[in-house]
Amino acid sequence: MIGLLRRDLALAVRAGGGFGLSLAFFLIFTALVPFGIGPETGRLADIAAGLLWLGALLACLLSLDRIFQLDWEDGSLDLLATSPLPLEALAALKALAHWLTTGLPLVIAAPVLGLILNLPGPAYIPLVLSLLAGTPALSAIGTFGAALTVGIKRGGLLLSLLVLPLYVPTLLFGALAATRGAQGLDATTPLVLTLGITLGCMALLPFAAAAALRVNLR
Amino acid sequence: MFAPMSSIWEYANPRRFMATSAALLPWVVGLAAICLIGGLVWGFFFTPNDFRQGATVKIIYIHVPTAIMAINAWFMMLVCSLIWLIRRHHVSALAAKAAAPVGMVFTLIALFTGAVWGQPMWGTWWEWDPRLTSFLILFLFYLGYMALWEAIENPDQAADLTSVLCLVGSIFAILSRYALVFWNQGLHQGTTVSTVGVGVEENEGVSSVFLYPMLTSLAGFVFLFLALVLYRTRTEIRARRLKALIAQEQIA
Repeated sequence: MIGLLRRDLALAVRAGGGFGLSLAFFLIFTALVPFGIGPETGRLADIAAGLLWLGALLACLLSLDRIFQLDWEDGSLDLLATSPLPLEALAALKALAHWLTTGLPLVIAAPVLGLILNLPGPAYIPLVLSLLAGTPALSAIGTFGAALTVGIKRGGLLLSLLVLPLYVPTLLFGALAATRGAQGLDATTPLVLTLGITLGCMALLPFAAAAALRVNLR
Repeated sequence: MFAPMSSIWEYANPRRFMATSAALLPWVVGLAAICLIGGLVWGFFFTPNDFRQGATVKIIYIHVPTAIMAINAWFMMLVCSLIWLIRRHHVSALAAKAAAPVGMVFTLIALFTGAVWGQPMWGTWWEWDPRLTSFLILFLFYLGYMALWEAIENPDQAADLTSVLCLVGSIFAILSRYALVFWNQGLHQGTTVSTVGVGVEENEGVSSVFLYPMLTSLAGFVFLFLALVLYRTRTEIRARRLKALIAQEQIA
C-alpha cells in the first residue's frame, strides 16, 4: 500500500503535468479575478475568501481525470485490480495521493494568493483550516467521479458535469467558514460541518468508487 | 406462496411487463388527460383570484404538482436503481433511464413557473432561496445522470454506473438541500421571501377553493408521469429487442 502511494506520488511529481499544473491554474484563476470584477481592494476583500475556495475547487477538478486514466491506458489498473489489495483500498489510496499532490499544495498556496486578493487579516486562519478540512472531500468525491468515467473516451467534460453538483455541500460549508472568518464571526459550526462531510466522504465513497471500477474493468 | 411480493417481481420479465403495460397504458393516459384537463380548467376558470396575489395564484396548479413530481421521479429512479443493483432486473434499469428526462422536464417546468410567479410577487425572477437553489441542483443531477447514460455504449455497464451515481447523487442531493438551508440562514437571516416558500407548506392554510383543483391536477401529473414512463420504458425494451434482432441477423 505504501509502495503504491509512493509510486503515485513519484509519478505525479516527476512525470510532469499533474503536480504543478493545478497550482499554476489556481494562481492564474486568482490573477484573472481582478480583471473580471475590477481592482477595488474593498470589493476584492469582500469576496476573496469565497473566490479562493472556488479557485481551489476548480484547480482540484482539473486534475481529476488523471487519477485513473493513465493507469487505465497502460494497463496497470488491471494489474492493480488483480493484486491482493482490495479495490476499496486502491480507491482510498488514489484519493489520498490526489490530495497530497493537489489539495495540500493548494492549501499552502491559498494564503499567499489571499495577499494579492487583499484578504482581510482575521480570515487567514479560518481559510486555511476550512481548506484543510474540505479539500480531502474534494479528492474523495473526485476519485469517485474519475472511477465512474474511467472507461469513457474524452470523459473529462462529463466528469466535471458529474462531480460539480456533488461538490456543492463541501464548497458551501467550506466557503461559509472562510467568509465568516473574514467577517470576524465565529466559524466553528461550518468548519465542523465541512470536516463532517470530509470524514463521511472518506469513509463511504471509496466503496462507491470501487464498485464503479469493478464495473468498468469487467 | 408470497402472493403480494412475487406479483411485483413478475414484471421483471419483459414480456410480462409489455403485456400488462400495453393493457394499462390507455387507461393511465385517459386518467391523466381527464385529471389534467379537469384540474386545470377547474383551477383556471372556476376559482376566484386571490385577494393579494390576483390571477398569479393560478400558477400553483402547474407549479406545485410538477415540483412534487420532480422530486418523486428522482426517488423512483433511486428505487429502480436499487432493484437493478440488487436483483438485476433489466426492466427496472430501463424504467430508471426512462424516468430521468421526464423528471428533468418537470424540474425545468417547476423552475420556470416559479420564476414567472416570482417576478410579479417577489419582484425578481430568481432568488438564491434554499428551495430554488436545491431545485437547480436537482436539475444538474438529472443532466449528469442522463449524460452518463448517453456516454457509455454497453447497456449493462451503463445501467450499473448510472445506478451507482444515482445512489451517491441521492445522498448528496439531500445533503445539499439541508446545507442550503444552513447557508441562506447563515448569510441573510430572516428573509421574508424564504418564509413564504414555494413548495408544499404554502398549501397549509390555503382555502379548499384552491386546494381541490390543485389536488386534481396533482393526480393528473402523477398519471402523466406514469404514462410517460410506461411509454418510454416500452420504447426502450423495444429498442433493445431490435438491437438483439439485428445482432442475430448479423451472426446468421
